[in-house]
Amino acid sequence: MSFEDYSGVWVFIEENEGKIAPVSLELLGAGRTLADKRGVELAGIIIGENVTGLSDTVFEYGADKVYVYDQPIFQLYRTESFMKALLHCSEKYKPEIILYGATSTGKDLASAVATDLPTGLTADTTELDVEEDTGLLLASRPAFGGNIMATILCKKYRPQMATVRPKVMKALQPEKGRAGQLIAEQIDIKEDDMRTKVLKIVRETTKKIRIDEADIVVAGGKGLGSEQGFELVHQLAKTLGAVVGASRDVVEAGWIEHHHQVGQTGVTVTPKIYFAIGISGAIQHIVGMKNSGMIIAINKDPDAAIFNSCHYGIVGDAFEIVPLLVKEFHKALHGEEVEV
Amino acid sequence: MLHIVACIKQVPDTKVIKMNPKTNTMDRASAPAILNPYDAHAVEEAVRLKNKYGGTVSVVTMGPPPAVKAIRKCIEIGADEGYMISDRAFAGADTLATSYALTKAINKISEIKPVDLIICGKMTIDGDTGQVGPGIARRLDIPPLTSVNKVVEMQKEDSYLVVHRKLEDGYEIVQTTLPCLLSVEKEINEVPYSSFPNMLKAARYQPVIWSVNDLEDIDRKQLGLKGSPTIVAKVWGPPKPEGGKILEGNPDEQVQQLLSVVLDKKELFAEMRGSK
Ligand SMILES: Cc1cc2nc3c(=O)[nH]c(=O)nc-3n(C[C@H](O)[C@H](O)[C@H](O)COP(=O)(O)OP(=O)(O)OC[C@H]3O[C@@H](n4cnc5c(N)ncnc54)[C@H](O)[C@@H]3O)c2cc1C
Ligand SMILES: Cc1cc2nc3c(=O)[nH]c(=O)nc-3n(C[C@H](O)[C@H](O)[C@H](O)COP(=O)(O)OP(=O)(O)OC[C@H]3O[C@@H](n4cnc5c(N)ncnc54)[C@H](O)[C@@H]3O)c2cc1C
Repeated sequence: MSFEDYSGVWVFIEENEGKIAPVSLELLGAGRTLADKRGVELAGIIIGENVTGLSDTVFEYGADKVYVYDQPIFQLYRTESFMKALLHCSEKYKPEIILYGATSTGKDLASAVATDLPTGLTADTTELDVEEDTGLLLASRPAFGGNIMATILCKKYRPQMATVRPKVMKALQPEKGRAGQLIAEQIDIKEDDMRTKVLKIVRETTKKIRIDEADIVVAGGKGLGSEQGFELVHQLAKTLGAVVGASRDVVEAGWIEHHHQVGQTGVTVTPKIYFAIGISGAIQHIVGMKNSGMIIAINKDPDAAIFNSCHYGIVGDAFEIVPLLVKEFHKALHGEEVEV
Repeated sequence: MLHIVACIKQVPDTKVIKMNPKTNTMDRASAPAILNPYDAHAVEEAVRLKNKYGGTVSVVTMGPPPAVKAIRKCIEIGADEGYMISDRAFAGADTLATSYALTKAINKISEIKPVDLIICGKMTIDGDTGQVGPGIARRLDIPPLTSVNKVVEMQKEDSYLVVHRKLEDGYEIVQTTLPCLLSVEKEINEVPYSSFPNMLKAARYQPVIWSVNDLEDIDRKQLGLKGSPTIVAKVWGPPKPEGGKILEGNPDEQVQQLLSVVLDKKELFAEMRGSK
């Protein structure tokens, strides 16, 4: 294969019930930087049913082109049908880079596409860059449980592909009315030939709290001692109108459900304020919250690693400090005294 | 009778691992080698399906000779047979080369007994890409189903399987044909303590070990480092963040200082104060 035939940066646009996943918009931001550095086009690829209208948003967030596969067969995500569309498009238009969100759908799709192309796929990227002259993608990612960072290259194959962690890249400010070129594509897949069928989608009725969407996260760790001790975290969160986060050890102890876990195997959060109470600051936790606007740590051990990653730290006993905080914030925000 | 193959990997326990801060390499001696925790759930699910529908569970790994220990752990969980492919030719494989070698091993296993279902873990705790499972499925041209957190029903005669795939806000119920490949979440089951008879069996168990020469129809250019499109070019320690300001004074003073920096972010609290 000749590398000259390959040009352009693509972002797989993940869509769910008519909405674009935030990570796809973040990747358009990151992709724009790569495309500009290379002097090539940035394109989004949308696969779904009744999704053509989403292309406007994709242009507003920075794409020059949008490839759309808008067919009933793509109503729900299935690896095999989506993969066929992506392979079709990639073989026809030959991009040099394809980025996917490191969501369950993005990872599922990218792994299948990479095998069929074949090409290299860097997983869970957190840093992206490109060599201006060669177009070589420099994709860096944490590995070995976050103990190291590694830069992964794919020198001999095109396109180069990476899945990228949500909440790490920044979306551009949308530019209203920004237009681009829409390319409608189609492939022939028959429902009868599909080996998998989605029988039903069950949405959990109790809407789960999305800790990655909150402005303030109050997170607690094993230092709270017990489920009762962890109540303090709930109290402070309630007072501040915040959501509750937790370390993995707390989730494993069963004090709170997994969707509250912050970190490498949990959720990545970027709130304006992040409280880490009785959390030691293991690297796997830090990677999930280090981009928060203001990080406040409360820990009784002055040598705790968390103090290396915070903006403000209090060395002290959570059972003394947190009740005081609840009391004072309550007074300041709600104008009344509370018993803690 | 069903034949289920679980793919398993031995990994360093990254929870206790020590890194050499100069070279950013693992101090292997500091980290015990364990069965990848996610793969224990894959094996357990295979064993549960065997107990329910009847059949055999085989496990397969690609790894260096000491990985026999991880296979023994799977025998403890209840697997019947263990296969290992081990050869210098496999060294340095990325996920594409790994799925190629494992597919060749699975092909050989299916000559012994046709395979109905393959189960992988969600990911490993060292490479942690989660890419190997779907890779194997594509190479065998069978449907890959990732994020599986429940197996509802399996019918070998009518060749179908129904599972739940975890979604961000719930799950989907998916039906697929057999054979197929599942990557399972860890909440799919709990791995109980091993039974005494299984432990005895495991202690003496010797898996079947194949070298590259034992695998049929193999293209050596697709193996190991040579067959890997991705290259680990540079490894470094995660960035050390700069430390912040430690608030001085007694608890009351510390709390007051914190209060003033937090409340300074007025936009976050405007609504609350407005409502008082
Ligand atoms: C592959 C892998 C993935 C992982 N993923 C995650 C992840 O996503 N998220 C995550 O959080 N972890 C993750 N971990 C685990 C991580 O390595 C740590 O084990 C975990 O974050 C520790 O939790 P902790 O800080 O609550 O507990 P500990 O490490 O036990 O720390 C408790 C802290 O509380 C302090 N303390 C005790 N008593 C008090 C008191 N009265 N007042 C104030 N402070 C007190 C102690 O000084 C200590 O610093 C992962 C590990 C691995 C290997
Ligand atoms: C620092 C570093 C970064 C890396 N980054 C990448 C990368 O971005 N992209 C890439 O392609 N490769 C990467 N690799 C290589 C990758 O770790 C290896 O290819 C590894 O052999 C398989 O990938 P994994 O551990 O991520 O497995 P995963 O894909 O996470 O494993 C999923 C499941 O597949 C099965 N499985 C995986 N490996 C085996 C095995 N050896 N035997 C049997 N079953 C198995 C298990 O069921 C497992 O639960 C990296 C390696 C290093 C050292």
